Amino acid sequence: MLTKNQAPKRGVDSQSICFTINGRRESISIEPWVSLLDCLRDHLNLTGSKKGCDHGQCGACTIICDGKRILSCLSLAVMKDGAEITTIEGIAKGDELHPLQQAFIDHDAFQCGYCTPGQICSAIGLLKEGKANSRTEVKEMMSGNLCRCGANVGIIDAIMQVKDGGGHE
Amino acid sequence: MRSCRLRMEAAMNSFEYKQAKDIPEALSLARADGTTTFVAGGTNLLDLWKYNITNPSQLIDINHLTELSEIRLLEDGVLMIGAGVRNAETAYHPIVEQNYPLLSRAILAGASPQIRNMATNGGNLLQRTRCYYFYDHEVPCNKRIPGSGCPAMSGYNRMHAILGTSEHCIAVFPSDMCVALAALDAVVNVTGPEGNRSIAFADFHRLPGDTPHLDNNLKEGELITAIKVPEKGFATNYAYLKLRDRHSYAFALVSVATGLALDGNRILEARIALGGVAHKPWRSLSAEAFLKGREANAENFAGAADLILKEAKGFGHNDFKIKLAKKAIIRNGLMALKPESQLPGAQPSA
Repeated sequence: MLTKNQAPKRGVDSQSICFTINGRRESISIEPWVSLLDCLRDHLNLTGSKKGCDHGQCGACTIICDGKRILSCLSLAVMKDGAEITTIEGIAKGDELHPLQQAFIDHDAFQCGYCTPGQICSAIGLLKEGKANSRTEVKEMMSGNLCRCGANVGIIDAIMQVKDGGGHE
Repeated sequence: MRSCRLRMEAAMNSFEYKQAKDIPEALSLARADGTTTFVAGGTNLLDLWKYNITNPSQLIDINHLTELSEIRLLEDGVLMIGAGVRNAETAYHPIVEQNYPLLSRAILAGASPQIRNMATNGGNLLQRTRCYYFYDHEVPCNKRIPGSGCPAMSGYNRMHAILGTSEHCIAVFPSDMCVALAALDAVVNVTGPEGNRSIAFADFHRLPGDTPHLDNNLKEGELITAIKVPEKGFATNYAYLKLRDRHSYAFALVSVATGLALDGNRILEARIALGGVAHKPWRSLSAEAFLKGREANAENFAGAADLILKEAKGFGHNDFKIKLAKKAIIRNGLMALKPESQLPGAQPSA
């Protein structure tokens, strides 16, 4: 069944956009109603970012855009022309995991793993913002990412470890 | 079958997309037939579009309008907040944090960090109700289809309004930021085909009356350019309290913004605005006048709460909001005496 994001073309031309994804320049022609999430997953084959609710309620689609964590499901790809985007696929350096990826493993910060890419991208954004200092504040500032397995304690532990131990960019 | 087919037809909706480089271009690109929507953060717009609540034929991207993108103090001490500035950037701006901490805290109580990084100040004013009947195409809704009816009135109305309702609509306006802006007597600057004008915050949003499909008094083709906040920011005694069904990332059942100017413990001036209780941020000038000259204590805040809630009316599931709002007003008044006691996320302090 068609979803709105895959609506067939009806007299509206695709538009050419160009952005940097995980350090690589990508040029793509895309209909204006395609979300950035669908663009990543269906057009660029970057399926790490997940579609949970597709309505901005779960945070599974969180990516980093121009240095800030945003929801790719509530962004239109055409509006990101010229942007610099980092997805979960782009955070490790070769075989060397990002400190948050390692911390998530160390703290059992996932079960099914579906929310994990969004959690990690969100946590990268949180650490970069530098606004959350206490554990209470980290919890509050991670509230846009839901984990239905209930791994939240491990998730906060993992973020606190990286926050306190450094090692992140 | 019928609803399935409707959904399939709805799925065919498409739109054109254009980027505007400045305000004149944005205004000139807008079609006169009312099917153009300006888009900046898009967080509410795309959600509504996916639910088929809104179906613009054209989106005008206003993210590149530099005229909307700054926060600065004007010469008369008024703070001008660009409509295109993101919510997060606004909340963390040094002038806002220092002179308008009530506004900062209210913004940070809303949505999630990701959404606050995307959503703009102008868009925050224009977000639509989260009434579940408004989102549900299977049922009537006077806001979605004028004249069709309001199932919330006799339905599940836990989140709905207790003040300023009409027989046509009991939806609530969901913003936190706007509750603080209402308390601070902000002014909304708009521009449009007929020129520029300023709208007092109290006059920006509407009560449902018999036109519940209209959320605010913006005219067709008008664009919010800035929000101006008067110098008096109540930065010494302020509090924002947000009560909801989970600790964070949920809309308010009741929220309260309080700003107090004190002489010792005597109230020189009080501002109290409520969120989650009406079709617009709710203020009661008579309650604020009642507090003037009185001691800042629980008894007097209770007196003010009674005045604010004098006309409050529940619809069954939301009856609890009347009692909750009274307690919230008292508690937030007391928290405003000790602003440092507030917890992240505008939760009640211990």
